[in-house]
Amino acid sequence: MKILVCITHVPDTTSKIQFTDNNTKFDKSGVQFIIGPYDDYALARAVELKEQTGGSLTVLNVGEAETEPTIRKALAIGADDAIRVNAFPKDSLFVAKQIAHYAKEGGYDLILMGRESIDFNGGMVHGMVGELLGMPSISPVMKLDIEGSTAKMAREIEGGKEYLEVNLPFIAGCQEPIAEWKIPNMRGIMSARTKPLNVVEQVSDEAATGVVEFKLPPAKGEVKLIDKDNVEELVKLLKNEAKVL
Amino acid sequence: MSILVYIEQADGAIKKTSLEAVSFAKALADKEGGDVVAVALGTIDQGELAKTGSAGASKVLHVNDEKLNAGVIQAHAAAVAQAFEKVAAKTLILAKSSLGDAVAARLAIKLNAGLVSNVTDLPETGSGYKVKRSIYTGKAFAETELTTDNKILAVKKNAIDLKTDGADATVEDFDVNLDESVFAAKITSTDQATGDILLPEADIVVSGGRGMKGPENWNLIEDLAKELGAATGCSKPVSDIGWRPHHEHVGQTGVKVAPTLYVAVGISGAIQHLAGVNSSKYIVVINKDPEAPFFKAADYGIVGDAFEVLPKLTEAVKALK
Ligand SMILES: Cc1cc2nc3c(=O)[nH]c(=O)nc-3n(C[C@H](O)[C@H](O)[C@H](O)COP(=O)(O)OP(=O)(O)OC[C@H]3O[C@@H](n4cnc5c(N)ncnc54)[C@H](O)[C@@H]3O)c2cc1C
Ligand SMILES: Cc1cc2nc3c(=O)[nH]c(=O)nc-3n(C[C@H](O)[C@H](O)[C@H](O)COP(=O)(O)OP(=O)(O)OC[C@H]3O[C@@H](n4cnc5c(N)ncnc54)[C@H](O)[C@@H]3O)c2cc1C
Repeated sequence: MKILVCITHVPDTTSKIQFTDNNTKFDKSGVQFIIGPYDDYALARAVELKEQTGGSLTVLNVGEAETEPTIRKALAIGADDAIRVNAFPKDSLFVAKQIAHYAKEGGYDLILMGRESIDFNGGMVHGMVGELLGMPSISPVMKLDIEGSTAKMAREIEGGKEYLEVNLPFIAGCQEPIAEWKIPNMRGIMSARTKPLNVVEQVSDEAATGVVEFKLPPAKGEVKLIDKDNVEELVKLLKNEAKVL
Repeated sequence: MSILVYIEQADGAIKKTSLEAVSFAKALADKEGGDVVAVALGTIDQGELAKTGSAGASKVLHVNDEKLNAGVIQAHAAAVAQAFEKVAAKTLILAKSSLGDAVAARLAIKLNAGLVSNVTDLPETGSGYKVKRSIYTGKAFAETELTTDNKILAVKKNAIDLKTDGADATVEDFDVNLDESVFAAKITSTDQATGDILLPEADIVVSGGRGMKGPENWNLIEDLAKELGAATGCSKPVSDIGWRPHHEHVGQTGVKVAPTLYVAVGISGAIQHLAGVNSSKYIVVINKDPEAPFFKAADYGIVGDAFEVLPKLTEAVKALK
């Protein structure tokens, strides 16, 4: 089985989000970048599936040269090779067009992505790629098994889950608990240095959206503390001040 | 010109967030001109369909095909695309949800439409078409410009107040042509908590963390939730250890909630948990540690032992009635 996992290069979940250049650019200073947590789940499951069925595992990122350490980490976790589409990822459509092209070229049986990126939270690239390739796209997938040419999975829905079956090839947007995050070991890290990381060019310049300005939410006021022996006071405040009861 | 709204249903009941999307579309139509047409898929009775009218729709296209009761992503996308063409819409509005996102993404390609998700405010259409959306899991916003003729906006919960005073909508049966291929993904069964208030849609949420010590103590969380008419949630470790089901896990890697009131009990307030709750209007924190980071994100707080505070709080809420 040929598996493709698409990964984002995103600020660590503990990062303080700030902007520069008149609020038009993300401020990268002091920020550590990681594989998107959902993409990391997808990758972990892909490594397990490859162990079971054999075949190959490729990771792909649409991004500039700065994303290579993140891609190397995916190679250390267990991908065999990597593709970096050398372009600034302008928006979801732009990214989807690049992925669709290279996914088609590679003829993958299974394409795994994260349910959403943790920077722009679009939750849409898998669906767009699915439509561009005429393939089913299912998200968010929390359990995935492959039996022959059939994928069996559980998809999270509000308040529960739904079980599905679909024939390969198809695309899944993954989330926990599909697999446990894998931490690269020393051997993985060493071998990642020499695994192929192919840099390819963008195939389309199309985008549908652009950010005009970034904004931060207003700062939160001080918390009002209520004595633990006077919980009635809290209920009063919620009713009369916040007016939520 | 019509603005189309994609309606989601569960067991024949229209989701409240979809009605909010109708009200959002109505506010947009009032600004831009035009009317609001909803498209509803699957078995839904007339009375339920009429609710879209009170939320602001003048017409509902009803695709009364039971094969569409379940959220078959490709089939829903194909049906909504046909409705979009029928009413010659330029804008599609829907509620952000696990199904909505998946359907909208496919529609963006089908309709050559720019898609913006997590929309928090009505678009500004003075010069260019600009939409405010939430990004970095609620830690920031992006004023986003759409450059396409056709547009799709996936609206975040609470982006607008639900309208309830509209006139009845006319219901029109609408037949769609669906190719067998859109049913390629087969839903074999579903496993859903019934009767409970769904977490992503709840107006009040009561969540417990590791400070609750074990699943046997969850009755304290549930009792308060019941009095408040709230959904229950939890922190990630709580669902990881299996004290609570995964769909209750709130945060960066779980459900993002946007209630009017979020009550956090025995949760430390790690940044990844806060990422899932920072769209709440009010936050109450109950924690025995006065240094717990959650207090910095809270509007109201009680420093105390959850096992003492919760029963008293439940009683106090009961006494209010
Ligand atoms: C420094 C920096 C600045 C950026 N600035 C912008 C910006 O201003 N505007 C903007 O729209 N985007 C920007 N991006 C790109 C952003 O990270 C996303 O890749 C892109 O916006 C798609 O986001 P989404 O939320 O719609 O993805 P989603 O639809 O939420 O992603 C779903 C899945 O698709 C896959 N995927 C998404 N993006 C990529 C990718 N780039 N490569 C490979 N797989 C991917 C992943 O598996 C992901 O989990 C920037 C990225 C970086 C590193
Ligand atoms: C990439 C990544 C993603 C993550 N995503 C999420 C996510 O989506 N959601 C999430 O929740 N976490 C997430 N986490 C984990 C997060 O960092 C924290 O570890 C987690 O939120 C802590 O859960 P907790 O507050 O329940 O437990 P703890 O941090 O152990 O806190 C327990 C709290 O209970 C209090 N307490 C103890 N006893 C009592 C008592 N008797 N009465 C009152 N209070 C009491 C303590 O003072 C403490 O503050 C993520 C982590 C990473 C690295």
